[in-house]
Amino acid sequence: MSGLVQLNAVGVRFGHVQALDGVNLRVAAGERLALVGANGSGKSTLLRVLHGLVSPTRGSVLRDSAARQAMVFQRPHMLRLSALNNVALALWIRGTEWKQARQIASLSLGRVGLGDAASRNARTLSGGQQQRLALARAWSLGPDLLFLDEPTSSLDPNAKREVEALMAEFAQGGTTLVFASHNLGQVKRLATRVVYLEQGRVLADLPVHDFFNGSRLGETSREADLFIKGELA
Amino acid sequence: MNTFSESAATALALITGFDPVLLSIVARSLAVSASACILACAGGLVLGAWLGVARFPGRGALLTVLNTLLALPSVVVGLVIYLLLSRSGPLGFLGWLFSFKAMVLAQTVLVLPVVAALTRQVVEDVDRAHGEQLTSLGAGRLLRAMLLAWDERYALLTVVIASFGRAISEVGAVMIVGGNIDGFTRVMTTAIALETSKGDLPLALALGIVLLGVVLALNALIAAVRRWRIGGKDQPLLLEGAPG
Repeated sequence: MSGLVQLNAVGVRFGHVQALDGVNLRVAAGERLALVGANGSGKSTLLRVLHGLVSPTRGSVLRDSAARQAMVFQRPHMLRLSALNNVALALWIRGTEWKQARQIASLSLGRVGLGDAASRNARTLSGGQQQRLALARAWSLGPDLLFLDEPTSSLDPNAKREVEALMAEFAQGGTTLVFASHNLGQVKRLATRVVYLEQGRVLADLPVHDFFNGSRLGETSREADLFIKGELA
Repeated sequence: MNTFSESAATALALITGFDPVLLSIVARSLAVSASACILACAGGLVLGAWLGVARFPGRGALLTVLNTLLALPSVVVGLVIYLLLSRSGPLGFLGWLFSFKAMVLAQTVLVLPVVAALTRQVVEDVDRAHGEQLTSLGAGRLLRAMLLAWDERYALLTVVIASFGRAISEVGAVMIVGGNIDGFTRVMTTAIALETSKGDLPLALALGIVLLGVVLALNALIAAVRRWRIGGKDQPLLLEGAPG
């Protein structure tokens, strides 16, 4: 395996629902991979399988065990602690001494522009601030591979731009990004490669330019056609 | 003046005059129930939190048993503890029967399932919603359980208070294993039962008023904790700049 993660014929079933079906995917270092598709297409499940939160019911997952991973969720959950301690706790869980964890956490908060909010209860931060805090938490872990599940879907345009800028910074710093998104503009701005999912199957896996220009995906799937035109996004 | 109003007046006089017999019974009741509550919470909070995140074969059956124990009749607990602690029972060598310790043990057994079952529910709900984020950070099952329990500490405080209320208001278990011995194992509920049967209504009524006062105070505490929780509850993911 030459990538960071590789899925071979992966299937995931939740009860009677086939969330993923026969997915083959390899994530290489340095990529910015966008997972797109309508609601229920399997994007979030695929992210969770890639990150190791969900085990496949069929197929296999190969991982580069040396690669550090982190994930930012659509609605980040912060504990009833200060913003600083929420970040420090993530480091402590991974074995960093508490005092050092707080120092790194402080740097991370500064990086996402939350230095002034370090002592505030994380639960009292706005949605955009909480998402930036989640990115600070992820950044502090120094991930080689960062998964993001629709990180801007509940944010206003300003907060979206801030989060996108931070995602771009991650990528410039060498972090491989895999993100699920409904926002086609965001996909065009951030991704280098697009995987289109429909009913748990990968219908397209193309470089971003090819996906939006010249892909014949729309001819094979009415849903994909609507999605690419932005009518399902 | 009728019997009730006479008894009520005498009861109030006992309370306002800090009657030593009344005070000793109240103090013993609080000590027994508080000790039982501390022991039950020490075990029940950890057990409940772990059950909230653990998945293993037979978990469903165990939860059914645990939930059934929520409605455990106190006289049945009293009977079982009595049989265990009686001279011929397996724990008879301890010599605890008709003692403070026996009453604490009985109330601990009575309250522990309440703490464990309610804690399990609280932690399981929050784990279902957010547990994977802690797993993503690298938290193992036990650490996740402890972090989620700590994060839900205000909800669990309500559980602790409710369990104390269950302990202090029960009569069957302490009556059987404590024996209601004057000055030794007599607590509020057993004293009320005895004094009523003897016709000493003022003392029974005074104890009843104090017991009601304790329960009322607990309810007020639960309401205060709930208000505190709602006041500090997570803000929804507001759009930045949006009112709210």
